[in-house]
Amino acid sequence: MAGYQGKLLRINLTEGTVKEEVLDANLAKHYIGGRGLGTKMLMDEVSPKVDALSPDNKMIVLTGPLSGTPTPTGGRYMVITKSPLTDTVACSNSGGHWGAELKYAGYDGIIFEGKSEKPCYVLIEDSQISIESADDLWGKLVGETTNILSERHGQKHRVMTIGPAGENLSRIAAIMNEKDRAAGRSGVGAVMGSKNLKAVVVRGTQSVPVHDANALKEVFSDALKKIKANGVTGQGLPTYGTAVLVNIINENGVLPTRNFQQAYDANADEISGETLADRYLVKKEACHRCPIACGRYCKVDDIEGGGPEYETIWAFGSDCGVSDLGSVIKANYWCNELGLDTISAGATIAAAMELRERGLIPEALLEGEALEFGNADAVVAWTKKMGYREGLGDFMAEGSYRMADHFGAPELSMTVKKQELPAYDPRGIQGHGLQYATSNRGGCHVRGYMISPEILGEPTKLDRFSLEGKAAWAKVFQDLTAVIDSMGLCLFTSFALGAPEYAELLNCVTGSTHTAESLLAAGERIYTLERLYNLESGVSPDQDTLPKRLLEEPIPAGPSKDWVHKLSELLPEYYELRGWSKEGIPTKERLTLLEIR
Amino acid sequence: MSCEVVVKLFATFREGRGKQVVLPLVPGTTTPSDLVRAIGLLEVDVAILLVNGRDGKWDQRLEIGDYLSIFPPVGGG
Repeated sequence: MAGYQGKLLRINLTEGTVKEEVLDANLAKHYIGGRGLGTKMLMDEVSPKVDALSPDNKMIVLTGPLSGTPTPTGGRYMVITKSPLTDTVACSNSGGHWGAELKYAGYDGIIFEGKSEKPCYVLIEDSQISIESADDLWGKLVGETTNILSERHGQKHRVMTIGPAGENLSRIAAIMNEKDRAAGRSGVGAVMGSKNLKAVVVRGTQSVPVHDANALKEVFSDALKKIKANGVTGQGLPTYGTAVLVNIINENGVLPTRNFQQAYDANADEISGETLADRYLVKKEACHRCPIACGRYCKVDDIEGGGPEYETIWAFGSDCGVSDLGSVIKANYWCNELGLDTISAGATIAAAMELRERGLIPEALLEGEALEFGNADAVVAWTKKMGYREGLGDFMAEGSYRMADHFGAPELSMTVKKQELPAYDPRGIQGHGLQYATSNRGGCHVRGYMISPEILGEPTKLDRFSLEGKAAWAKVFQDLTAVIDSMGLCLFTSFALGAPEYAELLNCVTGSTHTAESLLAAGERIYTLERLYNLESGVSPDQDTLPKRLLEEPIPAGPSKDWVHKLSELLPEYYELRGWSKEGIPTKERLTLLEIR
Repeated sequence: MSCEVVVKLFATFREGRGKQVVLPLVPGTTTPSDLVRAIGLLEVDVAILLVNGRDGKWDQRLEIGDYLSIFPPVGGG
C-alpha cells in the first residue's frame, strides 16, 4: 500500500487500550488521506449531534500519503474532530516534523476515543505504545512540557501537546507541536483537553513505501524547481515570511482594522514583514522537507520563539489598533505557550475592545490592562487572562461569538459559523468573501485562498471587486485545497504547483492513476462530505453568510472605500456549481456522481 | 500642487531606495512604466502594481494626486 503505512492506532482513553487496525485501502484511495479520509472516518464513527467536548467525540489525527515521503513540504498532519467552536467538522492542519515522525513510526494516523480518568500522555516509539501519567505535566506551558518530554524520552522524539488553554477547554485552543507549530483553528486543543490528553510523543525509525521511487525522483525534482523558480515560494516567502502581506493587503485597503470598523491601517508599516526583518528577526525556520522556509524566529526583550505569522500580526496588530510589533510578538509567544489559536485570540480581543468601547462590558470584568484599541500592553495581558480564563478572559476563552452574544451584541463578533475571520476584509475582495461564507469550518482563509488570484495575481490576476467567475474560482480553489490538505502537503506549494503536478506526485507515491480532473473531483467529494457532516450537525445553510457589518456597512475610507460584500449575488451561482439545491443542500444526483455513500 | 508623484516601495524594492521615492510627474503623460524604469527596475521585476490602491496598468496616464505602490513577488497566508 504505497504512500501509506497501512496501519492506524485506535487508543481508547477511557479503557486505557491501544489497538492496531488495518487502514481500509479502498477508503484511503477514495478520500486520499488526512482531511478527506479523516472526515469520512468521523462521519462513520461520530454522530454529528455529539457534544464536541464529551467523551463521545473522537479526535482523529491523520497524515497524508505524501507525509514522510521526500516530496517537498511532505510533513503535515491534520486533526479531524467535531469542533467545539463551530459545531462543524474541524480539520486543523499543522506543519513542523511531528506528522512525518508518526509516519516513520509506522502509522498513518491515530483515533483517540473516550476520556482518560486522569491527565495522561501517549508515547509512541515505533510499535511500542504506552499511555503514561501526565499528572506532573498538567498545567504546564507548551515550551516546558515539550522540554520535559524531550529530556525524558529523547531529543529526537517529536512532541505534540496542548497548553493550559486546551486544559481549560477554551473553544479557541490549539494543539502545538515542536513548541511553535500549531494545529490552530476550530478549538481542536479543547477536544484534546476534554480527553485529559496532554501530549503525544512520537519517535519512528521506519521508512514510507513509495510506488515508483525513480519516477518520484524526477517528479520531485521538477516540483522543487518550480517551487524555487516561483517568485512567491522561491523568493518572497523565504525572504520575509508571511508577514510581508501586511503592506500588500493594507495598500489594497483590505486590512481589517479595529474589529473591521476600518480597512486601512495608517500605521501598518510599523508591524510589517519589512519591520519584522529589520528589528526582530533572529533566524528563519523550515518545516519537514520544506524548501520554502517561511517560518520566522523572533526575539523581543526576554521573549523569543517561532513566529509571528501574518495572520497573527494582523490579529493583535491592526485588528486591535496596535502598532507596536514587539507587543504583537509577545502576544504570539503567549498564544504558543498557552496553546491558543492566534487568529481567534487576537480577533476576540478586538471584539472585546469594541464591546467595551460601546459600554457593553461591566466594569467589574475589565480589571487589568485597559481594554482599548491601540493599547499594546493590553493584547499581551488579555491573551494571558484568556488562556487562564481569568475575569473577562473566561468569556474570551469561549471565542468572540459566544462572548459578544453574552454581552448582547453578537453582531460585533466578526465570525462565520462562530469562527473568527482572518486578516482580509472581504468587502474589497469579493471572491474571498464568498469562500469565507461557504468555508466548511467557518471563518477561514485557507479553505480556498482567493487572495492568490484576487490580490497576488497567482496564477492570474482577477479584478478583486468583480463578481464575474468568482463562484467558479472559489469552488476550484476549495476543491484543490481539500486535495492538498488530504495529501499531507503545505498549501503554499500551490503558488508554484497546480492540479497536474499534484496528480503526478500522488501517482508516483501511491500508484494511483489520477488526472488533474479526477483529483479535483476527489477534492469536491471531500468538500461535499464535509458539508454533509455540517448539515447533519445542525449547521444550516443560512450560516453561509458574513457578519452584518461586512454586508451592510461600506468600508469608510482607503482604496476600497464604499464597498460592501455582495454575497447574495454570488451564493446562488456557487450552490449551482456545487450541484446543491437553491437551499444549499447537496442533491442526490451530485452525491451519486461524486460516489459519496 | 507640485507635479510630483510618490512611488511607495515594499519588500526588497526598499534596498538602497528607502520606503518611497518622489519623482517628477507630467500630468496626463507620465506612466507607471516610466516611473519604474526611473528607479532602476524593470516591469517584469514588479509582481503587483497598484495605482491609488487599485490594480494599475503600465501604460495608464497618471494625474496629480495619484500614487503608486509596487511589490516584488510576495505572498503568504
